[in-house]
Amino acid sequence: MRAPMSDLPLVLDDVSLQAGATTILNRLSLTIAPGAPTLIVGPNGAGKTSLLRLCMGLVAPSTGRIDWGGRTDCALARRAILFQRPVMLRRTTAANVTYALAQAGTPRPLRASRAAALLDRVGLSDLAQRPARRLSGGEQQRLALARALARDPEILLLDEPTANLDPAATRSVEEIVLMAAQSGIKIVMASHDLGQVRRLAGDVVFLVRGALCEQGRAEDFLDRPTTPEAAAFVRGDLVI
Amino acid sequence: MSGELSAWQLILNGDPTLVAIVRLSLAVSLSAVALAALAGMPLGALLALTRFPARSALVVLLNALMGLPPVVVGLAVYLLLSRSGPLGAMGILFTPTAMVIAQTILIVPIIAALTRQTVEDLWVEYRDELSAMDVGPVGRMTTLLWDARFSLLTALLAGFGRAAAEVGAVMIVGGNIDGFTRVMTTAVALETSKGNLPLAMGLGLILVVIVLAINAAAWGTRVWSERQAG
Repeated sequence: MRAPMSDLPLVLDDVSLQAGATTILNRLSLTIAPGAPTLIVGPNGAGKTSLLRLCMGLVAPSTGRIDWGGRTDCALARRAILFQRPVMLRRTTAANVTYALAQAGTPRPLRASRAAALLDRVGLSDLAQRPARRLSGGEQQRLALARALARDPEILLLDEPTANLDPAATRSVEEIVLMAAQSGIKIVMASHDLGQVRRLAGDVVFLVRGALCEQGRAEDFLDRPTTPEAAAFVRGDLVI
Repeated sequence: MSGELSAWQLILNGDPTLVAIVRLSLAVSLSAVALAALAGMPLGALLALTRFPARSALVVLLNALMGLPPVVVGLAVYLLLSRSGPLGAMGILFTPTAMVIAQTILIVPIIAALTRQTVEDLWVEYRDELSAMDVGPVGRMTTLLWDARFSLLTALLAGFGRAAAEVGAVMIVGGNIDGFTRVMTTAVALETSKGNLPLAMGLGLILVVIVLAINAAAWGTRVWSERQAG
């Protein structure tokens, strides 16, 4: 099923991102390798969203370079992203998934059955014929997840997918993410929720003001942070 | 159509001449809307999604052309189709075909300009998702046109309203020939100038009612289908 080329490891080499005079990301170097979920942690405005967009290939770095499995072309085939506020197409739930399948190159005869399987995977089978824009926030996130999974991604980038959800909706989104991780998809997820980091993370990338502050295994980050900023963040102090 | 009868009697009796006029009016204007949609919607979407040096000038021009005077369009089409004109050999001046051509030219800018605005607004919303799904230029156009379908209905109605209401262009290229190219607006103009005001008013009333009915039907369709598809 999968193309022979891999997007992993995803390597950022001395990457900076400028918007006008503002530096959004400052000389970041990191490697995202296959394995347990990587959580990108940091306060608002730390550059988490921008980092995900760079990883997806939606924006190009101002300086530095990114390569996906040794390639620097940014063809999106093996990657998918879930935006913080996903936009539902003005179609039914099922049609949203079918559209994503079509864009990912799924042959027409297979789309209906794959869409049904994906909706089942995210627990939206009952709402398949409902207009997608009438779904609740949590349901829309799950539909966006189904759309992202329709691309059969090797890397799934998620931008605070549970930021606006209640605990029940958060749990169902996290369950889908964990299931995806277990099926071998590399999860890269932005979060500022320490509980979520504890529940999901294999390793952590901690950003403060656009710079890489700390990086390592999740237990080390949570229990033995080495930088004062990380220590403050883990303690629950306000890091700005 | 006799002047002695009042418009109401004609309507109530289903006067064949009157029915023919109403039918021709609808046929000409609806054909023009269909053709103008076929040309104007892709044009508007293309203009919304592409960036090139003269784009702003083109957008301004298109918006200005929404106010194109019907008589000017009529004159231009007349010159094209007249015997000595470049398309004179086709021999379609003073036929319903010529009227459809004139009205199409008149409303393509309206449909294209409104489509451009609608698609451009929707693109702002969809840009990230469609980029992340790696949707190509043609796919973007068709996706945005389809997902904007309810808003685009308004563009079609604006085009239809303009086509059904104009008199200058169809008068010049159609010639208001009784039983052949006479439509409601040219009939109203003629009856008014003949002093047959009751008939003119009756025809005007029918015209207004038809435009109202089509708008109501379109509105109903929009509300119903939005409920179906969100």
